[in-house]
Order: sequence, then C-alpha cells, then structure tokens
Amino acid sequence: MPDKVKKLASRKKVLAVASSGGHWTQLLRVMPAFDCHEVAFVTVLEAYRSDVPDHRFYLVDDANRWNKFGLIKLAASVAWIVAKERPDVVVSTGAAPGYFAVLVGRLLGAKTIWIDSITNIERLSMSGALAGKHANLWLTQWPHLAKAEGPQYGGSVL
Amino acid sequence: MIFATVGSQAPFDRLIRAVDDWAGSRKRSDVFAQIAAGDYCPVHVKYKKFVEPQEFRQLVQEAKVIVAHAGMGSIITALEMGKPIVVMPRRARYRETRNDHQVAAANHFGAQGRVIVADDENRLAEVLDYAVTLGETERIEAKASDELITTIRNFIDAAGVDR
Repeated sequence: MPDKVKKLASRKKVLAVASSGGHWTQLLRVMPAFDCHEVAFVTVLEAYRSDVPDHRFYLVDDANRWNKFGLIKLAASVAWIVAKERPDVVVSTGAAPGYFAVLVGRLLGAKTIWIDSITNIERLSMSGALAGKHANLWLTQWPHLAKAEGPQYGGSVL
Repeated sequence: MIFATVGSQAPFDRLIRAVDDWAGSRKRSDVFAQIAAGDYCPVHVKYKKFVEPQEFRQLVQEAKVIVAHAGMGSIITALEMGKPIVVMPRRARYRETRNDHQVAAANHFGAQGRVIVADDENRLAEVLDYAVTLGETERIEAKASDELITTIRNFIDAAGVDR
C-alpha cells in the first residue's frame, strides 16, 4: 500500500472541545463523525463525563470576554491540554475554550475545525468570527451565512 | 408535569415569573422550574437553581411539556425526547443576553413548527394553555445531519496526510 493511502486510512487523534449547554449538546451530535478515531474531550462541567465514557476527559473553567483574568487562565489550561494530547485534529462547537483550542492547535500543527453554533442564524458569534479565521475548516450551520472567504456551509446539527 | 428551565448561564426572571403566575391562576401544582441565580422566588412552582445534566434529562423525560428560554441545549434535548417545547426568547434590551440571537432562533424554529414561541411574558399563559393539550411529538435522532457528519468525517480522514 502506498504511504499516502496508509495514512489516509489511519486512526487520528481528535480533541473535541465545547463549553456548556447548547455547545456541548451540539458537539455530542457530531460524535458519529469521530467513529474509528481516538477522541479526547475538553469541557467545563464534570457532569458531562458520563456522556462520553471510554474517552479521555478534561475539565477547564469557562470564561468570557468580561473576565480577562479568567480568559488568561483558560487559555493556559487549554494550551496545556493541547500540548499534552498533540491531536491531529481539533474540533470545537464553541465558545471560549474552543477558540483557544483552535488557536493553540493550529500553532502545534493540528488541523482545526470550528463549527459555529446553530443558534447564530443572523450572524456569526463573536468567538466564531474570531476563531473561524484561524480554523482550517470554518463551518456555519446556515447556508445564507456562507461566504467565499469563509465560513462555508456543510450541513447542520439538526 | 411541566418543566420550566432557563439554562445554567444566567437567570431569566421574566420567564419564571410568568410561569409561576400561570401555575397559580390555572391551579397547577405539577410545575417544576430550574431558575438559575434569579432574584424572583416562585410561589406556586417547586424549583431548584441548578440541576445536573442527568437530572435535566430525567426532568425532560418525565415532563409533558417543556417551557424554556430559546437556548439550543433546551430545544435540542426536547426534540430528541419528543416533547412539545414552548420557548420565550431572552432579549438584549433587558440584558438577558448580549444580543437577540434567541429571538432569531425562536422565530426560525417556530416557523418550522419545531418549537412553540411565546414572544414575551404577556403571551406565555395562552401559549402554555395550548401546549398542555399537545401529546408527544416524533423524536429526532440524537445525531447531526448526514451532511455535517460527512463534512467533518472527510476532513478528519484527510488530515495529517501532509504532516
């Protein structure tokens, strides 16, 4: 088998990142896309651990733009996890933890996917507009928000 | 049982007060609410500030009708369990969210017939009166569209080829 084909068929390390509520719900709905790959999860609530048994599971403290110290701490926690996991692919449904995971993942050579939340019907979220530009695959869940320079539409969680 | 929920991120007293008033005027003792860190304490409704995700799913499972903010976690969970869901969107002008994305989401999914929308607290009672007459709806599968799964799967399969 040629090298390229062997690599195509190989198992990848995926780091899947989401904050709570709808972000986590949407990440769970795309899990079938990770079948056959090795997946670790990063989220903000211990109670979500039981949603993804048999996977490595990391907790971080969520933060938003109104909490600058929290953001710095979150960025450091996420960077540590990405450096430890060295994923081939980082995928996030938002918000702040996913933004940092996409940034650090890209720096460390991972391919990155940002899926903007289905709730953003009229325009992208702030984290989505920021993170998307750094993602290798930048997705909106609404065809009318797709643009030539990104994001692109590639289906939705519903 | 009617389950009211505002999600874990922020209070939404405008919704909880309207649900409490409805429960009082309709003499319903079977309403349970998750109210987050709000200032309003319901009188007619049993409540908790927060529930764990497993308990949340249990409450949705047991409920006949869900009434919620227009957050996607609440909406998707109700759709997956085939429960009618009434949503009242949070509004930026009351500082209930940063922007009016919930208004757009409520209107869109309302037009599709996936949720029942109460625009504001004044409309909630009549919308709830209607919703409690409904039975279970068809459950949606707990996974994204085939198109999105394929988009992501193909990208992952191709990743790392050039590393």
